[in-house]
Amino acid sequence: MLRSSLGRKLMMSLTGLFLILFLVVHLVGNLQLLAGDGGMSFNRYSHFMSNSLLIQTVSKLNFTFILLHVLYSIWLTRTNAAARPVGYAGKAAQAQSAWNSRNMGILGTLVLVFLIVHLKGFWYQLKFESPAYTTLPLPGGGSEVVVNAYEVVRVAYSEAWYVGVYLLGLLAVSIHLHHGFRSAFQTLGLGYSSYSQTIRSVGVAFAWIVPALFALIPVMMYFGLSF
Amino acid sequence: MKEKDTIALTLKVWRQNGPSDKGKFETYTLNQVPVNASFLEMMDLLNEQLVGQGKSPVAFDHDCREGICGSCSMYINGRAHGTQSGTTTCQLHMRHFHDGETITIEPWRAAPFPVIRDLVVDRSAFDTIMQAGGYVSVNTGNAPDGNAVPIAKTHADEAFNAAACIGCGACVAACKNASAMLFVSAKVSQYALLPQGQPERRERVLKMVSTMDDLGFGACTNTGACEAECPKGIGVTNIARLNREYFGALLGPGD
Repeated sequence: MLRSSLGRKLMMSLTGLFLILFLVVHLVGNLQLLAGDGGMSFNRYSHFMSNSLLIQTVSKLNFTFILLHVLYSIWLTRTNAAARPVGYAGKAAQAQSAWNSRNMGILGTLVLVFLIVHLKGFWYQLKFESPAYTTLPLPGGGSEVVVNAYEVVRVAYSEAWYVGVYLLGLLAVSIHLHHGFRSAFQTLGLGYSSYSQTIRSVGVAFAWIVPALFALIPVMMYFGLSF
Repeated sequence: MKEKDTIALTLKVWRQNGPSDKGKFETYTLNQVPVNASFLEMMDLLNEQLVGQGKSPVAFDHDCREGICGSCSMYINGRAHGTQSGTTTCQLHMRHFHDGETITIEPWRAAPFPVIRDLVVDRSAFDTIMQAGGYVSVNTGNAPDGNAVPIAKTHADEAFNAAACIGCGACVAACKNASAMLFVSAKVSQYALLPQGQPERRERVLKMVSTMDDLGFGACTNTGACEAECPKGIGVTNIARLNREYFGALLGPGD
């Protein structure tokens, strides 16, 4: 089933929708970086996330889905390229479709490069390099020693060029989602004329708002701002 | 100021002697083209000129010249059936071009649509897809009373819109992936929406999709170029229906 053109498209859609859902969870957690409490709530959250079996399992699923999304896109792209061995001399594609809908591969590659930079900067550093520690007060009195994830983020976002990379990366995510969100629903078959406009509008709103909120984190931390 | 009655054109036309020929663009000058001529009539004028010069005429597909048969093709200035929307090449008129314009004319480009000669491509891949499932098996006997089969108005309208597909292949030509999903979705839809299509509904979509894949058409990336170029205005909501039909057929109960 997952070898047919429609089956492969379904894989793109389902993995893409999972990643869209992940973005929301990731955003909600990471907005705690802007809490203005010296990283206490973010460190507590980060400590919980890295010690929860459920979260760690979902995290592995997430990596798997990213990999599947990439591999299936390569497979589909190869099939699609083979379907038109001789191209056209006359090009007026802009009249027929949106730029991002035709260039999801380029946008996706940019997002992947950004993701690798992002993982190298935070996930890899926290997981495999010796991190700094900090103490957190426990609700019932006493304290516990946890990884100071906040400090890693703060140091990273104190570099202007690094913040710039994030803004560009998030812009690519935004443009990718502008097409990807509604496209995922269309592939699932949820493209009835009665509500496809609603899906499209929600998708555009999502594609602007979520990356913009993500962008707020490096920008505000760079300028030392918080809520 | 009075509009000109005729225009002069430079035509960049794809010439290819046969399926195995490499092919190349030839440039021709054509004067005195009446603005009210159709695009195919302009091609006729070009061919008369070529024959007069002892050259071989440009081969192109055409039949009814009324916009309903789906024979004419031609990728004109980077657009399937030219720049007018909802129009086949035969219904495209020269008043939409300006005096002195250079027009690039190419055949449909897709691996499953090999060029036979010049602008003529072999679109029998569409017939192969139809043979795989685009039919309704009917026993012989008296024709039943049409009004005895109740059909919801919305379904009848949707089925009719899908059935307006003339199989010209503009969707494949315009799609960046040379995908045939708009065509297949229109054909699957016209049967899936009507009672007559129900007995073979499940196997139809499975067979038509697998035949489409085997023939080497690309996969849809939801750019919407097909819908924009379809001379019959068939929408991508049909592709969503194709997806529903396909996944439903795969996941639903078998025989």
